[in-house]
Amino acid sequence: MVKRWIEKCYVGLVLFLLYAPIAILIVCSFNASKSRRVWDGFTFQWYIELFQDEAVIGAVRTSLMLTTVAAIVAVLLGTLASIGITVMGQKTKQVFMTVTNVPMLNADVVTGIAIMLLFGRFWNLGYFSMLAAHITLGVPYVILNVMPKLQQTNVSTYEAALDLGASPVYAFFKIVLPDIMPGIFSGFLLAFTISLDDFVITYFTKGAGMNTISTMIYQQVRRGINPKMYALSTILFLLILIVLWIANRISARQVQGTRG
Amino acid sequence: MNKRKLLAGPYLIWAIGFIILPLLMIIYYGLTSPDGGFTLENLSAIGDSIHYKALGQSLLIAFGSTCISLLIAYPLAYILSKNQGSKKDIIIMLFILPMWINFLLRVLALQMILANTGILNGILNFFGLPSQHLLYTRTAILIGMTYDYLPFMILPIYNAMCKIDRDLIHAAADLGAGSKLIFRKIILPLSMPGVISGIIMVFVPSISEFAIADILGGSKILLIGNVIEQEFSLTNNWHLGSGLSIVLMVFIFISMAVMNKNDAEGEGQMIW
Repeated sequence: MVKRWIEKCYVGLVLFLLYAPIAILIVCSFNASKSRRVWDGFTFQWYIELFQDEAVIGAVRTSLMLTTVAAIVAVLLGTLASIGITVMGQKTKQVFMTVTNVPMLNADVVTGIAIMLLFGRFWNLGYFSMLAAHITLGVPYVILNVMPKLQQTNVSTYEAALDLGASPVYAFFKIVLPDIMPGIFSGFLLAFTISLDDFVITYFTKGAGMNTISTMIYQQVRRGINPKMYALSTILFLLILIVLWIANRISARQVQGTRG
Repeated sequence: MNKRKLLAGPYLIWAIGFIILPLLMIIYYGLTSPDGGFTLENLSAIGDSIHYKALGQSLLIAFGSTCISLLIAYPLAYILSKNQGSKKDIIIMLFILPMWINFLLRVLALQMILANTGILNGILNFFGLPSQHLLYTRTAILIGMTYDYLPFMILPIYNAMCKIDRDLIHAAADLGAGSKLIFRKIILPLSMPGVISGIIMVFVPSISEFAIADILGGSKILLIGNVIEQEFSLTNNWHLGSGLSIVLMVFIFISMAVMNKNDAEGEGQMIW
């Protein structure tokens, strides 16, 4: 009994430490004072200003567009690649998996700089270089989530469908795809999360004058954060909570992300 | 069969274009001087005292934050994996959720907590304890990195523990093993793959991180990530920056190789 109580306290304590900074951000978003040190009364001012600020709205739009497009392309590339890699010989497979591991295991600074050098030398930095970097970052997570599901899929069912006259494409959509869907879903979720939270790679590959939420916050760090950013993060946090709550109600199983 | 292999084609082209080619670019820049000639100077620049001190600090902080996260995450993952009730998914989600708040903002909030007149010292003073000077020290960076990367340690260990066949544990208990023996002989070895990937997921980003060091270290403490970043953003010396990047990459791949070697040994023990 005592043991269970200690265990619960421990889980609670770690959760508390993880959420304390977030709670502070939420409190700050309602603070009338611009300073982070004094509480000057409750206000919705920052929320109102947030929606009037073109630069912030632009950054949010860039972030969401970039992240969504990057995650979708990563899922398409990654799923197709997984199907291809599964039927390859042992050696080719090994080569593919080693290359796939590189963006995941390499330092973000190095990945960012490498892509920046490529674009900076031969093209120019802009939306596309940023997008390419985010897709490159996301594909490995899709492959790592889809491959295990593909290996679990029963090949006989697929072959039976072919024997019964289904075209390979039809059999794929009817039999293989439903099987690997949870893997695709968690791969998408991971690619999306990593892309949205990324700062380092975006910082190096973005074009001049462009900003995502991350790079905008970093610019503000030096000259003092505008409380609008706290309001923005509070809204995003609530949105994520709602989405998660709905997702959890629809299917408790599929949401569980697997990383590593 | 052969047709299906072709599906990996687009990814192959992508990987050559955006994984392999960029790495070759770094190697090209790292091994040439601004006038275009071949040189090893950019690599040997790591011997400069600023550079190797920065690398040393980075290694130290990365090592520290990896150890602390492991110490916090392992018992936590163990407790969570025992709970297989209906609320399981929600509780796991709670540990992932903080990652969806921009990490720069979370680190800024930590700055408010750790500041000299911040929340932590307020609490300490309230209980009559002396204030701690934490912000802009190595400890602050250590706390920040541990905080930021903790979920990356929790998840793989938790996943590995959930995969452990409960029947093994029941069988061991039926055969008279106590809970300590079960932990040492079954849970610990079988959770090792999760621990290894957790260590990699925390160690690699924390060795090269520069934004956290910037905010919590107040540009007083230079990590190797900061040095490399400044070569590109301030001094505009792409060649030196690339050279140092190569050194950092080599360090990461060496530590990875060491980890994998330990992993292989771990698997050897697992068969026993």
